[in-house]
Amino acid sequence: MGSLKKNGGAILSKIATNDQHGENSEYFDGWKAYDKDPFHLSRNPHGIIQMGLAENQLCLDLIKDWIKENPKASICTPEGVHQFEDIANFQDYHGLKEFRQAIAHFMGKARGGRVTFDPERIVMSGGATGANETIMFCLADPGDVFLVPSPYYAAFDRDLRWRTGVEIIPVHCSSSNNFKLTVEAVEWAYQKAQESNKKVKGLILTNPSNPLGTMLEKDTLKNLVRFVTRKNIHLVVDEIYAATVFAGVNFVSVAEVVNDLDSYEVNVDLIHIVYSLSKDMGLPGFRVGIVYSYNDSVVSCARKMSSFGLVSSQTQLMLASMLSDDRFVENFLMESSRRLGIRHGVFTLGLKKVGITCLSSDAGLFVWMDLRHLLRDRNSFESEIELWRIIVNIVKLNVSPGSSFRCTEPGWFRVCFANMDDDTLHVALQRIQDFVSKNNNKISEKASDNNDQIIQNNNAKKQKWRQSNLRLSFRRLYEDGLSSPGIMSPHSPLLRA
Amino acid sequence: MTRTETNRSRSSNSNSENSGDGNGGGGERTNAMRVIVPLQGVVQGRGGLVLGSVIPCAFFYFLQFYLKRNRKNDSDSGDQNSASSSTNSDSNSGLPDRTRSQSAGHLTELTGLPRSLSRILLSPRNSVSVSSRANCVIKGGDSPYYLGQKRVKEDPYDESGNPDGVIELGLAQNNHKLSFEDDLVSENPKEEAISDGLSISGIASYEPCDGLMELKMAVAGFMSEATKNSVSFDPSQLVLTSGAASAIEILSFCLADSGNAFLVPTPCSPGYDRDVKWRTGVEIIHVPCRSADNFNISMVVLDRAFYQAKKRGVRIRGIIISNPSNPMGSLLSRENLYAILDFARERNIHIISNEIFAGSVHEEEGEFVSMAEIVDTEENIDRERVHIVYDLSKDLSFPGLRSAAIYSSNESVLSASRKLTTLSPVSSPTQHLLISAISNPKFVQRFVKTNRQRLQGVYTELVKGLKELGIECTRSNGGFFCWADMHGLISAYSEKGEIELWNKLLNIGKINVIPGSCCHCIEPGWFRFCFSNLSERDVPVVLNRIRKVCETCKSHN
Repeated sequence: MGSLKKNGGAILSKIATNDQHGENSEYFDGWKAYDKDPFHLSRNPHGIIQMGLAENQLCLDLIKDWIKENPKASICTPEGVHQFEDIANFQDYHGLKEFRQAIAHFMGKARGGRVTFDPERIVMSGGATGANETIMFCLADPGDVFLVPSPYYAAFDRDLRWRTGVEIIPVHCSSSNNFKLTVEAVEWAYQKAQESNKKVKGLILTNPSNPLGTMLEKDTLKNLVRFVTRKNIHLVVDEIYAATVFAGVNFVSVAEVVNDLDSYEVNVDLIHIVYSLSKDMGLPGFRVGIVYSYNDSVVSCARKMSSFGLVSSQTQLMLASMLSDDRFVENFLMESSRRLGIRHGVFTLGLKKVGITCLSSDAGLFVWMDLRHLLRDRNSFESEIELWRIIVNIVKLNVSPGSSFRCTEPGWFRVCFANMDDDTLHVALQRIQDFVSKNNNKISEKASDNNDQIIQNNNAKKQKWRQSNLRLSFRRLYEDGLSSPGIMSPHSPLLRA
Repeated sequence: MTRTETNRSRSSNSNSENSGDGNGGGGERTNAMRVIVPLQGVVQGRGGLVLGSVIPCAFFYFLQFYLKRNRKNDSDSGDQNSASSSTNSDSNSGLPDRTRSQSAGHLTELTGLPRSLSRILLSPRNSVSVSSRANCVIKGGDSPYYLGQKRVKEDPYDESGNPDGVIELGLAQNNHKLSFEDDLVSENPKEEAISDGLSISGIASYEPCDGLMELKMAVAGFMSEATKNSVSFDPSQLVLTSGAASAIEILSFCLADSGNAFLVPTPCSPGYDRDVKWRTGVEIIHVPCRSADNFNISMVVLDRAFYQAKKRGVRIRGIIISNPSNPMGSLLSRENLYAILDFARERNIHIISNEIFAGSVHEEEGEFVSMAEIVDTEENIDRERVHIVYDLSKDLSFPGLRSAAIYSSNESVLSASRKLTTLSPVSSPTQHLLISAISNPKFVQRFVKTNRQRLQGVYTELVKGLKELGIECTRSNGGFFCWADMHGLISAYSEKGEIELWNKLLNIGKINVIPGSCCHCIEPGWFRFCFSNLSERDVPVVLNRIRKVCETCKSHN
């Protein structure tokens, strides 16, 4: 029980005093380090490059252009100001009709136009964060369980659990089958939860996956839909990365699967979609989150809850006109996936040059980087954190370690590549390449040293000196990395992850 | 299903009896087995009468286990049946999507149920179980508060376009029409930041969720202005949220655990039921104020409510006051505020002071005293128990822009609220718009002044007209409401009579007002009129309509 007894004040709630927001964990040291010393190409070329932020900045120029061409959309320009009064006074929690229509339309477009969405089912929320929480409030009571395939988005622990009291049970996926989610794994986790007397309320999928960048295959998705229908549990699909799929690949939304399946195979009342414009459009500051549910009760309940996180009417108006501009939307989606594809290609190729592979992916603003060969001890998370501290403090890249995504295997890292310009990306690549080659040199040096030792016994003296020097530099490397920068970040880092 | 429920509750009763007489039959579940077998032997001997009654109880206990174990499958298959039958009916119609969206339409179409009926709907059996929280939220929407709003939406009054439409006097919004537009464009060329497109990446990217410092400074300035500079607000103690509803919810999440309670003097804002209770699981204990006391908060009643709750084992975590009051529009005096602070200090509870109408005090002599001013001179401990909710959009009449604030001196509350705002932040383009709108002190002063004048004009007109119709209002000094006593017009002195009159006002008079029962007023016959929706020209129209209703009421009586 948290209390303020030390200064005699009235007691606060558990929510206010517990640690469930997850922001005190050590991984956020990386964010703090970045905040202290942010990279700038000319002003601070030796600063830390932010690669832990899944932000899509590759197409902001297109949005800027559109805003310049459509000054009317904003109510604070001479062209649009006549609408100010109506818009500023608008406070219906259903949202502007145009806005809902535009979002529904855009959601269809972002899924290749193969599905349509009903504007009446669009419920607003404060970003995907708020949308996820709202849907949890609607579906589960405190103590109920949701299954979430791991590795999963780090802030799920906060968004889904903190205020709702819902529990998360991870469905572990492993590198042995490229982190593919199988129905068997879900079924097994479900069984386990049942055995421990937990009430499983549903399954949450992130598709395309954050942090993996992979997509679920249509058949898997179909089987999962059949599975939830059979067990009568909910299926929440977080599709906020739907339009980040690289050019030339098709994304299969759960909406498509629901349409495909026969009505006896799927109970649509169990299917819910979470969507947002933060990633697909690169507009996280607009805080637009969407809950789309096929269940009437959930729609009506979520809508009432949306008064706790409404999108400002000004933002609604602006997005309504932006998203209903077909020419713009089509061009944007095409260009965005093209640029993301290129960026992904450049980045993974650069990593390949120094022997770093990534999990093969088709979407997202990040790659899932495999650094298992660089770990001191392949099976310990301590060495993952050790390596991670070196990457943050010495290589000066803020990446996110796999353990913060509840990955069960050490040595994986999520690296974001879409929140920077080309030049910064090259600097980042250069830093990784330098680091790896230096590391390789040392290892090979050490190996050759060992050989030398066996063959050339007479040079033992010199040898010893070299070795101790090497060990010294290694230790210093680790120690430097281990000291964590203890500064407070002015704002919560999690929200941006 | 119901049978198993009763069985279960009965057996759990017997269970508690068992544990009461010390045989240990209750308590540990696994013990039940071990107890019963030896008992059978004993029954034939002495004490058969007592134990004879214990054994059936134990059997019930057993039965409960059996049922519990099988229930999961039962309910599963049951649910599946009903689920599949619902999908079947969908497939019969051939166009599942269309039928579904139709039923969505029905769902919002909850017919005019009076509040007393809603209890029947409390436990619906859905084919798919949503959370019990959700059920309670879904039920929350059929009070007159929401039904009236819906009617207005369907058939809104417009002087020229729809002169027979429903006039909105329920929703607390300010129809103040200042040439805001001109100000924005002419005086604030900076505002065009968005159209320049230069700072779009700054606007669109992630920003601190609790608000930009610039905006906080502007808000603090505005709040000081609203309190006539009697207290200066520290921008670093502000957390911005998307709307007052969200601010109040965040505070109740921070200050109380599920099952705890807040004291709320009534009549109170109808929104509290939603903002405080829905998702947090926190309870509200209403503390009734009476017309005989002019609806002033009585410390004696407050005390009594506190102890009654304590006796029931309910933990009170705070008191929520609104100042200027919603629905009465009265201001709390300095003495009142000190008394409330003393009360909170003695009981060691928090105070949430809802000051969303602070900038709309319309009476010349009315002196608005913020709780912030009261605690300004107090020790730290007492400062830390006071949390102020402020809503920018009420006073400045742009509710659509969703911007409210929490002001607190309690570091823990601030840091928790800051994190909680990630779940409902203010969109950044709107923040930039607001910054340029309210950082101009000249504009703010002018706005507040003309707003006060306008509110006062409409208020005086309306109250005078109502008086002529024989309807008295309590004195309102601030806010958007007047609180009218219409108990003379109700057919039966009860909540039913009140709702009847409300229906008449809505259907015959075509005005949407809020009945006192929505504000949890214990005396029937009071109504909240939100006059800020009206222009002075609308007042005669409203009065005419009320007269019509008065006449029908009298002819009936």
